[in-house]
Amino acid sequence: MSVLVGKDTRLVVQGFTGKEGSFHAEQMIEYGTPVIGGVTPGKGGTRHLDRPVFNTVADAVAQEGANTSVIFVPPAFASDAIIESALAGIKVIICITEGIPVKDMIVAKDVVNRTGATLIGPNCPGVITPGEAKVGIMPGNIFTPGPIGLISRSGTLTYEAVDQLSKAGLGQTTAIGIGGDPVIGTTHTDAVKLLNEDPDTEAIMLIGEIGGTAEEEAAAYIKEHVSKPVVAFIAGQTAPPGRRMGHAGAIVSGGKGTAEDKMKALAAAGITVCESPAVMGETMKSLLGR
Amino acid sequence: MNIHEYQAKEILKQHGVAVPDGIAVFTVDEAVAAAEKLKANGASLFVVKAQIHAGGRGKGRTKKNNAKGVILAKTVEEVKAAAESLLNDVLVTIQTGEEGKLVQRLYVTDGVDIDKEFYLGITLDRATSKNVIMVSTEGGVEIEKVAEETPEKIVKEWVVPGHPIHPSQARRLAFALGLEGNAFKQAVKLIISLYKAFDATDASIFEINPLVQTPSGDVIALDAKINFDENALYRHPELAALRDESEENEFELEAGKYNLNYIKLDGNVGCMVNGAGLAMATMDIIKLAGGQPANFLDVGGGANVETVKNGFKIILKDPAVKAILINIFGGIVRCDRVANGIVQAVADPEIAEKVKNVPIIVRLQGTNAEEAKVIIDNSGLNVVSAVLLKEAAEEVTNAIAS
Repeated sequence: MSVLVGKDTRLVVQGFTGKEGSFHAEQMIEYGTPVIGGVTPGKGGTRHLDRPVFNTVADAVAQEGANTSVIFVPPAFASDAIIESALAGIKVIICITEGIPVKDMIVAKDVVNRTGATLIGPNCPGVITPGEAKVGIMPGNIFTPGPIGLISRSGTLTYEAVDQLSKAGLGQTTAIGIGGDPVIGTTHTDAVKLLNEDPDTEAIMLIGEIGGTAEEEAAAYIKEHVSKPVVAFIAGQTAPPGRRMGHAGAIVSGGKGTAEDKMKALAAAGITVCESPAVMGETMKSLLGR
Repeated sequence: MNIHEYQAKEILKQHGVAVPDGIAVFTVDEAVAAAEKLKANGASLFVVKAQIHAGGRGKGRTKKNNAKGVILAKTVEEVKAAAESLLNDVLVTIQTGEEGKLVQRLYVTDGVDIDKEFYLGITLDRATSKNVIMVSTEGGVEIEKVAEETPEKIVKEWVVPGHPIHPSQARRLAFALGLEGNAFKQAVKLIISLYKAFDATDASIFEINPLVQTPSGDVIALDAKINFDENALYRHPELAALRDESEENEFELEAGKYNLNYIKLDGNVGCMVNGAGLAMATMDIIKLAGGQPANFLDVGGGANVETVKNGFKIILKDPAVKAILINIFGGIVRCDRVANGIVQAVADPEIAEKVKNVPIIVRLQGTNAEEAKVIIDNSGLNVVSAVLLKEAAEEVTNAIAS
């Protein structure tokens, strides 16, 4: 079992023939992800990477039964790509694009919510179920199948955690990169719910960072509803207030969103919080008694 | 992106929001001329306001002249004295830190009689992914304090995604401020106009503190703070042009030219990392290892020779840097490639000269990490290599101690 992506995924790539889209589509195909084709408006009817190109997502759904999309469209057009997928009936929309204006995302998220689709990202590395499907830009080779579900706002820090877990002999059910923007489709809490309901996920690693209160909300949910072991790390303990630390959403403003507050809230919910990012893997290992 | 108060007020005015008359000036002579002009238009009281990118100006003081950042003046002569005491002095406020900010621009405005002071703010509510308009009868004080101590005094309306603020919502907010009659009508109009301006400019923050009611019942935005969503600036070239580079850190400006995501901090260990989350985590590691991060630097996924070289140049400009930690997780970019890039960058004569006395710790992890370590170890350069994050942390501790 897994969540969001897996053997049943039928993936359509939006921005298929662009530089980024092509590169990562090829990597995803190589990994074994069921990529049915892609969308580039105006290039419908042609082929790319030995797969069909469609003018619209709706065509990809009608002709190939696409149920999942991944978006590599430039920021000015990415919110429209999200909305197109949602209206075409795509169930899981994964948006990799970084730099989408907040105003556009507020509307796109609202449309996604109305259609009942699940949006991951934007500004995220994607979602991977090791051995089944990789939908995103992460290096597939560092992931191994296993019992840990992973949630993170960032890319390379996710890889770091996964690498530590794999080295500790702990593979992953699904790793979800939820994205570093202030408006994202799936929050820490939403992702925790998914992994908590997945019978194969034995434990959850939750990686957060400064900004907003999503980690605190996840802590409250975990305290109420989750009995699986959870290990957490919050990046940005040394970040100064009022500055955006790379991610558009990583900012301490008005005294809110500090790493300290998040770590306290998580610890108070019974979650094992790592102070150092160097011990994420071994902390999980010892918590599970392996 | 931050702008000055006078620029914010100009934007508000363009969108039909009432603000006091005012003129931005750069010299004492211009300040006098501005006051004369306001006087000719009927002003009998003036306010001289330092224009810096930081709040708390009214309670701040300048270093040389001990002048307040916001000065009330009754005559043109007093405006002149105020301008003299502020221009080219350094203003220290609760938000600037001890180093303060150099005052290079002033805003001379019509002094408005105040009956009541309110707070009005618009921003994104991240928890609901909607814009929220907040008002409070507690104007002129820090809203964080109000939120902490008397949260019931803040009334909020969430904007329906993709909609304007609806008149019923604006009315609810104006009623919450206890307004009636003409002032109520003006406030409703102001709130609607203000949200239109927020939406039209892709703003991320609008803060009107205080919003005031005059004895004659007019409702006016007495102060204005505006931030824009940087991701949306591409569609607002006229707003992007308002950027005042003199308000920004010189290292950060230079990093921006190289397309590097760099933030200057006060510590002694420089760092260069790929990815924002890992960069923050690396700063945390430096602190846990007994150092203090000198910067945040995300060189992005690529990490090629050019970006690494530019990264070194920026980090090494900071004289406080005693050691450098490079932490790259090679995924699709292989570590051996990054290692070669680092070796080439450190061999660059300009960089080599500067790093003679600055130990460099390189931690490469991910695809081909072992090969990368061999490349670093055999380079003959003064560079320590590590594979595990833990090892890198220990090397940082050693480097600071030596």
